[in-house]
Amino acid sequence: MTDLLPPPTTTPKDWASDQEPRWCPGCGDYSILKAVQTMMPGLGVSREDTVFVSGIGCAARFPYYMNTYGMHTIHGRAPAIATGLAMARPDLDVWVVTGDGDALSIGGNHLIHALRRNIDITIVLFNNQIYGLTKGQYSPTSEIGKVTKSTPFGSLDHPFNPVSLALGAEASFVARTHDMDRAHMVETLERAHAHRGAAFVEVYQNCNVFNDGAFEGITSRANRDSMLIPLVHGEPIRFGPDKEKGVVLDGQGRARIVDVADVGPDSVLVHDEARAEPGLAFMLSRLSSGPHEPTPVGVFRAVDRPHYGSETSRQIEAAVQRGVGDLNALLHSRPTWTV
Amino acid sequence: MVDTAARSGAPEQLDRVIVRFAGDSGDGMQLTGERFTTTSALFGNDIATLPEFPAEIRAPAGTLAGVSAFQVHISDHEITTPGDAPNVLVAMNPAALRSELGKLEGGGTIIVNTDSFDERNLTKAGYRANPLADGSLDTYSLYEVPMTSLTKEAVAPLGVKPRDAERSKNFFALGLVSWMYTRPVEPTLDWIESRFAARPQVRDANVAAFKAGHAFGETAELFDHPFSVKPARLAPGTYTNINGNTALAWGLIAASELSRLPLFLGSYPITPASDILHELSKHKDFGVRTLQAEDEIAGIGAALGAAFAGHLGVTTTSGPGIALKSETMGLAVSMELPLVIIDIQRGGPSTGLPTKTEAADLLQAMYGRHGESPIPIVAAYTPSHCFDAAIEAARIALRYRTPVILLSDGYLANGSEPWRLPELSELPDISVTFATEPNHTNPDGSRVFWPYLRDPETLARPWAVPGTPGLEHRIGGIEKEDGSGNISYEPANHERMVHLRAERVRRIADDIPPTMLRGDVEDAEVLVLGWGSTWGAIDGAVDRCRARGRRVAHAHLVHLNPFPRDLGDVVRRYPRVVVPEMNLGQLTRLVRAEFLVDARSITKVQGVPFTASELEAAILKELGD
Ligand code: SF4
Repeated sequence: MTDLLPPPTTTPKDWASDQEPRWCPGCGDYSILKAVQTMMPGLGVSREDTVFVSGIGCAARFPYYMNTYGMHTIHGRAPAIATGLAMARPDLDVWVVTGDGDALSIGGNHLIHALRRNIDITIVLFNNQIYGLTKGQYSPTSEIGKVTKSTPFGSLDHPFNPVSLALGAEASFVARTHDMDRAHMVETLERAHAHRGAAFVEVYQNCNVFNDGAFEGITSRANRDSMLIPLVHGEPIRFGPDKEKGVVLDGQGRARIVDVADVGPDSVLVHDEARAEPGLAFMLSRLSSGPHEPTPVGVFRAVDRPHYGSETSRQIEAAVQRGVGDLNALLHSRPTWTV
Repeated sequence: MVDTAARSGAPEQLDRVIVRFAGDSGDGMQLTGERFTTTSALFGNDIATLPEFPAEIRAPAGTLAGVSAFQVHISDHEITTPGDAPNVLVAMNPAALRSELGKLEGGGTIIVNTDSFDERNLTKAGYRANPLADGSLDTYSLYEVPMTSLTKEAVAPLGVKPRDAERSKNFFALGLVSWMYTRPVEPTLDWIESRFAARPQVRDANVAAFKAGHAFGETAELFDHPFSVKPARLAPGTYTNINGNTALAWGLIAASELSRLPLFLGSYPITPASDILHELSKHKDFGVRTLQAEDEIAGIGAALGAAFAGHLGVTTTSGPGIALKSETMGLAVSMELPLVIIDIQRGGPSTGLPTKTEAADLLQAMYGRHGESPIPIVAAYTPSHCFDAAIEAARIALRYRTPVILLSDGYLANGSEPWRLPELSELPDISVTFATEPNHTNPDGSRVFWPYLRDPETLARPWAVPGTPGLEHRIGGIEKEDGSGNISYEPANHERMVHLRAERVRRIADDIPPTMLRGDVEDAEVLVLGWGSTWGAIDGAVDRCRARGRRVAHAHLVHLNPFPRDLGDVVRRYPRVVVPEMNLGQLTRLVRAEFLVDARSITKVQGVPFTASELEAAILKELGD
């Protein structure tokens, strides 16, 4: 359904559906919704060619609030359902909106396989490190020792680092942003949308009811400069109010945070998101073990890799080139005899 | 055809024969059976087959667990089953003889590969004494043929290594049996040529072994004369030999063509359904998209996503996969999207008997979801009927915007029969129209699209696919307001939606043929009610009972949800109703509950189909004989 005319000019309001969002007042989901609705008119796409797919959880209500096509499906399965959609219709713009429980717990298998196959979808994971919809159990990204209703003596599980996981799952685009910075969200999501193949974006999202302030230590205006490490392609990885901190590779080839004054500016690692080998991106994802120490945000990795939908279409086109299927010929394709 | 009467007496005419090829799983018995079947089908016989193989890829060689068998029934008249007791057993080793002998008819013919009857193999099969020597087979016609050594001899001039030479012994057996039943040799030789074209040495060895087996029959003094089974008088037309899974795959392609929707298959490999995935993966020239998903859930999820996108979404599996897919089926019920879910049933519960047949998923198909979650059910009853059943399942799914479960089973999937190829003009038009315009006017006069505004006749909701401007809408698994499709937790609305979903499925009964009935329809003493692959055995059993002067009718169901409109009248019309099933009485329960009739169950859950004689005895018993 590609339109030859340029898509009509829209405003953020055009992308909002008539349904009133039902998240808790103050939830970070509102600011992510706002960022997405603000971004959409600038993407050069039309509403009818856009589909938002979600699973279950607070984040999963997202499609109802977008005036596009949408599927609110079942817990964890959105990447699988979006895989069918995107394979069937490479002409569509398919988004998956998910949460830490949805994507990393019940739907972990679908997430890693969608990334591995490089399905042409944009996956936005709202990470609030808690189960919100079920009223406050710990999630696969909660820190060890978290006291919740289901873990009165503290949780025992080691958490996932979503960016590390995505990189390990062969993702071709991996980024992180947070709900306190609309400009950074828009910029990051635009990059993800422009990427061909599976794009994975972790968004730190505040659940003010069950896990309030989980990211405050790094995302608040006061802390941001010293606690967020912006990754910008082609630029030295530096942060701090005066860019006095930097990331270097040490003698063992490990990424480490140092005072730039100690090593000299030329020793600071220059970020290369396009490196074919994901090892360095993985190391950057390990700089922080949680939102209490300096944490990289931005695009960790963006590489070109054939994506599943277009490869499927290519095989079909090649087969059709050799001759369009003929049902009668198919029925007669095995030995036949006539009575 | 080869002139076989040179030395032996002229061929003796038989009206039918049942041959059972049995050997170790590594002996190539499935292939041998299939070749014999194809040749017989091309020759014009009616045929029915029953492949049986172990679940293990290679059970320990020479053991009973490793025996693989293929039964084929060839006939000069119409037949519906692979036959009760084989007339001929080809046993490639002692284990095959031991495990299969009990199935052979009294006084039947046994052809054994004597080379394999050594101490080691006898022990592995659990024989204390050599059955070829101890007189235990005296009541049978026993033919002892050193197949391995004769094969080695035949291929020796080709320079084939003895180990590889031995691999061709199944072609020796095939050659011998082909001679015995005066089968034409060209189709087999042609097939070997093309199949092994890339491996000339294997090809030449197989040809040599096949010819040696054939010549052995002709020249050895062992056999007095060959036999022949004339072509059957089938209805005029062009035929091909087809198994259920291939027919089903082709039916899906046909449904895609007839609906003018691209076919999308999301599937995870599982026995005995994987061959449908394999077959469809070949047909990209029809625009077929196949996804070998990461698991069963993703298989159906992707198919549902494709359905939302406007494709004919299909997922294939067996019973264990159906269990995993049930949550997504519920979502499809709620989203009211067309989806075809195919269950090639096998023995359960759990892993059960992966390679053996059973039909015990009917109640799972009917009720195996949470909430009131009705899904129409279509069941195939012969291998070739799988083609029509696939089109019918797609037709219902598309017309009523509903998931449909299509039931087949391991017996239909792997069994084959001659299929009169349909003319394309005989196939139904199942095309659909997507919504393109808003369908509702708001109080303020604005035109909007309501995804749950139903067709008054079918109660189907409009299908608006992404890419259609102005019809953007969101659907999900949360209860929806009737009409607008917006989320609604309103009690009365939920009740209305539950009833609407049930009524939509019920109304399909107005759109399907009446119950298929044959036999003494007017005045039967007993109605035999069946579904699925029991068709052939019931058909045979009913004929036999009628030949004994009993008045018997046979009703067979293709639609299990909803039932045909007339089924209540049919089951109430006869003094007795019996229901043979490869489960513990699942249809029986449904019929009793729905129609309050005293339907009686005849059950078999051995991983093998009913035979006609078993059912004949059961029906006669029901009649007090
Ligand atoms: S529970 Fe938490 S995540 Fe969910 S809507 Fe409320 S604040 Fe947001």
